[in-house]
Amino acid sequence: MIKLQNINKTFRVAKRQSGFGHAVKALFLREYELIHALSDISFTIPDGEMVGYIGPNGAGKSTTIKIMCGILTPDNGLCDIDGYTPWKERTAYVSTIGVVFGQRSQLWWDVPVIDSFELIRDIYKVDEKLYKDNLDELSVLLDLGELLKTPARSLSLGQRMRCEIAASLLHNPKTLFLDEPTIGLDAVSKIAVRQFIKKMNAEHGTTVILTTHDMQDIEALTERILLIGKGRILLDGSLSELRKRFSDHKTLVVEYNGAAPELCEGMTLVGAREGCLTLSLEPSLLSISDAIAHIAGKTELLDVSVSGVTSEEMVAAMYKEYHI
Amino acid sequence: MRTYFAVFRMRFIAAFQYRIVAFSSMTTSLVWGFMSILAYAAFYRVNPDAFPMTFPQTVSYVWINQTFLLWFAVVFTDGDIESTLESGSIAYELARPADLYWRWFTRACAGRVAMSVLRLPALAAAFLLPGILKMTLPPDLIRLLLFVLSMVLALFVTVSFTMLMYVTMFHTISFRGIRLTVTAVTTFLSGGLIPLPFFPASIRGIVEALPFAAMQNIPLRIYNGNITGIDVIYGIGFQVFWLVTLIILGKLAMGYSLRKVVAQGG
Repeated sequence: MIKLQNINKTFRVAKRQSGFGHAVKALFLREYELIHALSDISFTIPDGEMVGYIGPNGAGKSTTIKIMCGILTPDNGLCDIDGYTPWKERTAYVSTIGVVFGQRSQLWWDVPVIDSFELIRDIYKVDEKLYKDNLDELSVLLDLGELLKTPARSLSLGQRMRCEIAASLLHNPKTLFLDEPTIGLDAVSKIAVRQFIKKMNAEHGTTVILTTHDMQDIEALTERILLIGKGRILLDGSLSELRKRFSDHKTLVVEYNGAAPELCEGMTLVGAREGCLTLSLEPSLLSISDAIAHIAGKTELLDVSVSGVTSEEMVAAMYKEYHI
Repeated sequence: MRTYFAVFRMRFIAAFQYRIVAFSSMTTSLVWGFMSILAYAAFYRVNPDAFPMTFPQTVSYVWINQTFLLWFAVVFTDGDIESTLESGSIAYELARPADLYWRWFTRACAGRVAMSVLRLPALAAAFLLPGILKMTLPPDLIRLLLFVLSMVLALFVTVSFTMLMYVTMFHTISFRGIRLTVTAVTTFLSGGLIPLPFFPASIRGIVEALPFAAMQNIPLRIYNGNITGIDVIYGIGFQVFWLVTLIILGKLAMGYSLRKVVAQGG
């Protein structure tokens, strides 16, 4: 159980104008600006839930993750994760969590990955049998195989990321924090990582908190999303609810032969070129089957495709609505 | 204990990856040692009584000083721990269930031990050199054992001082300034350039009370017989005193800094 209550965090950031004069002046007198990275962040996540934590760049996602991992101390507010206050009981607490920081590495650069894993095993005091079982399972699921004997520096980004994720799970953490775990991965690796996270959650009941800019990660993994912007939680709900709320418009792309069909009520023309129309449908006025039937009656239909609003579009619309 | 053994082992393995570094640093040591001994020889020829150590004592001092250069260097040049702060992987370091001070302490010791082991052939070579360059053994086994004990303490004192430097790095963005300043000051004050007994009497009193005098100064002088008898016990006690003091200071400073640390970016 993760519970955050009124968490605030402010950073002091040095600022100056560009140019030589200002650079010299800043040697003697620094000007600072206070940045409110987090304002009154509160939420609760029950055990075993997977939550997507989304927001534009600089919204405060990583800051929240760092606070929940005990790395950063907030200015004030309460945080209770399985009975621990992360920054106060850091050493005891962190053995129950796993973290992946997509932008950083926990593997030793010049030595084979397996050596880094063994170091982690010993730091977390994982017993030999459990370690072996976990390693075997992770190797199969994330397709590590030969990668384990390779120095981290020789791995590609995607290969390394799979090793990073495995490294964070060797000690069976109860809670897993993933800060942009699919950054830079190719399609195959992304799917592998997603399936893997899903499986961990289903089989071990691991609570997963995921930050990402890839909405497909969120679609594939999490039912619940938390939207943060300018340091505030703006929205807390399920993806499908949001989708309904934002738009249930459907887009219909029609390819036809012959004369352009007339439109009926409930359809709006979005785009047209020779032999192809893009229409927007209002499902409350006109069902998809009626729309297709209508067009089929007016012209010779060659191809038709229907799509809803993509998550990307929805998130962009949300960012716009909240001015973040 | 298992944690720290694992950290030691890992750092040791990592350091062993760099063969060319080991080979070239060993060659540098031999050449540098050779040149300083020749320079001292010239001074000793003018007036051997003007020095607080005999010439063979100075020769042993120079060779151990050169072989164990990385054992004693306050600023360890490979920047292993600094890089965790620079790259931000400190975020991972902090999310581990073991005390950061002792993990870094172990890691720093391991790097130094590994690099020194790789340089041991230089010491062996010094025993085989002809004439005035030849290194000599201490007079008895007890002295050798006291030397080893004092070497270990010197390593710990050096590393515990380095830990203070690492802690200050939590508060700065770039470490180059700190490293340059500390290198210059500590190499000189620890007897890394010239042995402390060679300092003028007026400042020797102060220099010999500083923590830097508890580093290579003591074991090297135990080895070559420059300090004997009760002074050896005093010297080792002096090392223990500074070791305990520096560890307490380091732990306090780190505890304070970790409450304020900001892992930047991403």
